[in-house]
Amino acid sequence: MTNSRNRTLILFALMGLLLLLEGTVHWQVHPLNADASGYTILSGSWNVVLEIVLMCLLSAIMALGVNLQWGYAGLFSTGIVGFVALGGLAGVLVSLPPVTAVWNAAGVGRLVVALLTGLGVVGLAVFAYGHLKGRARTWGVTAILVGGFFLYRAIFDPAVAYIEANDPAAAGNIGGLGLPALVAWPAGALMAAAAAWAIGKTALGLRSDYLAIATLGIGEIIVAVMKNEDWLDRGVKNATQIPRPWPVPTEVSLQESQRFLDFCANWGLNPVTASTIAVQLLYALLFTAVLLLILWACELALNSPWGRMMRAIRDNETASGAMGKDVTKRHLQVFILGAAICGLAGAMLVTRDGQLVPSSYTPLRFTFTIWLMVIVGGSGNNWGSVLGAFLIWYLWNKVFDWGSAAMWSATQYMDPASGLKSALTGSAEQMRTIVMGVILLVVLRFAPKGLLPEK
Amino acid sequence: MSKAPQATAEPLTHSDSHARPKGVSGKEPFLIGESMTGGYGAADILHGCTLAVEKGQIAVIVGPNGAGKSTAMKAVFGMLNLRGGRVHLDGEDISTLSPQERVRKGMGFVPQVNNVFTSMTVEENLEMGAFIRTDDFRDTMTQVYDLFPILKEKRRQPAGELSGGQRQQVAVGRALMTQPKVLMLDEPTAGVSPIVMDELFDRIIEVARTGISILMVEQNARQALEIADMGYVLVQGANRFTDTGAALMADPDVRRTFLGG
Amino acid sequence: MDFLNALVALLNFVVIPATAYGAQLALGALAATLVYGVLRFSNFALGDTMAFGAAVVILFTWWFQSMGISFGPLPTAILALPFGIAAMSAVALLTDRTVYRYYRRVKAKPVIVVIASMGVMFIMAGITRMIIGVQEIQFADGQKFLIDPTWFRTETGLNEGLALRMTQAITVVTAGLVVWALFWFLNRTRTGKSMRAYSDNEDLALLSGINPERVVAITWIIASGLAVIAGTLYGLDKSYKAFNYFALLLPIFAAAVVGGLGNPLGAIAGGFLIAYSEIGLTYAWKKVASYILPESLMPDGLMQLLSTEYKFSVSFAILIIVLLFKPTGIFKGKAV
Repeated sequence: MTNSRNRTLILFALMGLLLLLEGTVHWQVHPLNADASGYTILSGSWNVVLEIVLMCLLSAIMALGVNLQWGYAGLFSTGIVGFVALGGLAGVLVSLPPVTAVWNAAGVGRLVVALLTGLGVVGLAVFAYGHLKGRARTWGVTAILVGGFFLYRAIFDPAVAYIEANDPAAAGNIGGLGLPALVAWPAGALMAAAAAWAIGKTALGLRSDYLAIATLGIGEIIVAVMKNEDWLDRGVKNATQIPRPWPVPTEVSLQESQRFLDFCANWGLNPVTASTIAVQLLYALLFTAVLLLILWACELALNSPWGRMMRAIRDNETASGAMGKDVTKRHLQVFILGAAICGLAGAMLVTRDGQLVPSSYTPLRFTFTIWLMVIVGGSGNNWGSVLGAFLIWYLWNKVFDWGSAAMWSATQYMDPASGLKSALTGSAEQMRTIVMGVILLVVLRFAPKGLLPEK
Repeated sequence: MSKAPQATAEPLTHSDSHARPKGVSGKEPFLIGESMTGGYGAADILHGCTLAVEKGQIAVIVGPNGAGKSTAMKAVFGMLNLRGGRVHLDGEDISTLSPQERVRKGMGFVPQVNNVFTSMTVEENLEMGAFIRTDDFRDTMTQVYDLFPILKEKRRQPAGELSGGQRQQVAVGRALMTQPKVLMLDEPTAGVSPIVMDELFDRIIEVARTGISILMVEQNARQALEIADMGYVLVQGANRFTDTGAALMADPDVRRTFLGG
Repeated sequence: MDFLNALVALLNFVVIPATAYGAQLALGALAATLVYGVLRFSNFALGDTMAFGAAVVILFTWWFQSMGISFGPLPTAILALPFGIAAMSAVALLTDRTVYRYYRRVKAKPVIVVIASMGVMFIMAGITRMIIGVQEIQFADGQKFLIDPTWFRTETGLNEGLALRMTQAITVVTAGLVVWALFWFLNRTRTGKSMRAYSDNEDLALLSGINPERVVAITWIIASGLAVIAGTLYGLDKSYKAFNYFALLLPIFAAAVVGGLGNPLGAIAGGFLIAYSEIGLTYAWKKVASYILPESLMPDGLMQLLSTEYKFSVSFAILIIVLLFKPTGIFKGKAV
């Protein structure tokens, strides 16, 4: 027991050291080419460190969610990006002010009727499926779905056209509820949980690699809806001006506050940089608080009878099923909880960014990177997921810089006009992807339990 | 370890499980798995078990559930590591050979389940049976079709569409395609109706008549012993009774315990 | 009512594109289903294998073009295909040797092998974009149209000009030839049958003396060949952009599952089903309708059931429906 705790402490300390170095040491390499300003190995900037740390914290929360699904229950879901995106959507729908021009019968009213119709049609179809038999069932359900679809569209399309026609440059959407941004956080969790319930009820019975494909599809559909339905979140025009969560102020308001300016004068700090760092520090404290809360809850769950039962099911599903454990219900529970945590992180992310950019929700960035974090950190171990998140996100950033530097150093003797040289030096992004892939394969093969194995 | 008297194919005494069965001429039997001890993992399932069959003979292995009958036959085929004992085929020691190598030496094996390629036609199943052969196997296929006429009729049908008994015939036919010297069958009549069972046993007798030795594990002890030249009753991985089929059927102990009186 | 114009519009905007796309999906689904049948895992790296293979073909095409080699009215890329196939087969065998073979040996759970294929996907994606870049590339040369729409309009006097691009025709012909060759291989050769046997019943195949490593090697070679051809045809037909290939994973897997995993015929049927559904459900039927319905009955909107943004949702929805109601697929394959 103490062995693993020591290991945990040491590895976290090492991670902290890496971040400390990043903040304090400034190391630049200068290739032969005198035109280039050099490539940063270490930035020596606290601003940079805090940026990285903020994203590490959010990724850690997402990793905890995924660890819940995979490490506890052995569910391999590749739809994380969808849940994170839903969390972001919650940020828009909860904290943006309502676009009052369309909150009337012709706009939102009609929209609500359309959505209710749609739900009603689905409900009716499910009811018919359960109560009809044979051919009547096939024809009945199909008729309900097809007829219902056209009815839904008849109400939905005009409502959407009306909403999107309203000031498309600045709005074109329904806005939100105008509630404080902090409310969006649990809202994001709830939205993701609701989606997970629907998805889980249909897809969780599938075998592992089929669950992977199905959840991949769901993730893509959620993001596609967010990109396409302008009335919901302005689609690819991006929803901006999402307010900050309490108690984080804007940098400008800090710079205008006399108390803050006095504080900076006392300590010899530049108010502009100080305000940026202060804001980031506040975010970091807020996010850390949430992370610690979730970590504590996950650890509690892991060591509880519920957690032990989950792992028993994971290790031997048939035996557990034979012993009377309701495997499907347990899987659904875990799936929903994991998704909710990812949704929470998604909402937090969006309130920090201040905007929702649907095209940023790519499977590579959110699904596969988080998976890498969980596997490298140690699946089944919550501390491992957090460590993995910090390490991988740190590497994700640094490999870009280091890769560029390495490429420049390697090609500095090449002819500057050579196509190969420009291809290689411009390829830091690809190098990052390759490094991530190599890390995944190496860890999966030689250290499959990760840095901090499951206890 | 006392040895049985020579010259004639004398039946063994009941508890003489360690004695080596001797053939007509006193030589070693055609196929013998002798004093086999071992199992799949740490625990031994077989304890000094001996099975043997002569050329063209039918040897049947019977016994209660969990006696290790299938395990014993799989041991002869090389599907588990033996801690003790050896296997000889036609005078040659094959104890260290893998199952595929034993197939090349002339063994054929028909598993109890999953013994055909269900998505492939009957004819393709037979072709796969002959996979290791480099010569023209069409004559062998004709022989198999003669032996199992129903297979010829259904040769273009996927094996998965056939009835249970027909599928067993495909399985046996597949194993015969390598022209084996010994054919090992693991519960060939499991799950088939009595009529089909009779027909299967008839076919097995015909196969034996062509000079192929048969080693067979069977649950339907009485019917199997009726066609057996030699019978081995195994209990908990060791020989309990070893004798000719007729003798075992007549023995009151055997009948009471295993044949239901 | 103008049936001829309606028919031509239907051909132009639905039938021809769907058939070409269906052929591309069918080839990809064949690759996925073969790998699943023999190696028993879903290869998430398939999309980027297609991208990588097509990239190699493009490089060879550029090289040929720079040497003045061309293929008459057909795209030069066709000449480069064999080189691309050879290269990707080598890559696939190398990947198997360094990554997948270990998991076969230790009989790892399928989900672990899928995660490994994710790692392979990362690496292939990175290498592909490094060597060919991330921009859109047009590499189809040769004659553009087999049936030119302007010529058609002049000849027939119809309003709608039937357009059959050379790349579309080539897609269908190539796919047809490849499928014919594959089926001949699988059903008439000893090696092909041994692959089917191994896919059907691994233990019995081993018992029959079938060499598993040989079957695996051949499967990788065939699957990468199919992937290269599918990727090249897709890039010729539309345009090549490395990022687009990941998105093809979903329709390809949907096609393979719908047709029945491990079942080659099913993969082809699945490919066309998905393609026709995707295009049919996202096409704006107004144009065709306008030739058939009288003015008074014409609806206001575009008559588009789903926005083209949701193309992939169609294949996903079909996948889910099949998985829920008929998990072994339309043609019987391995259960899920």
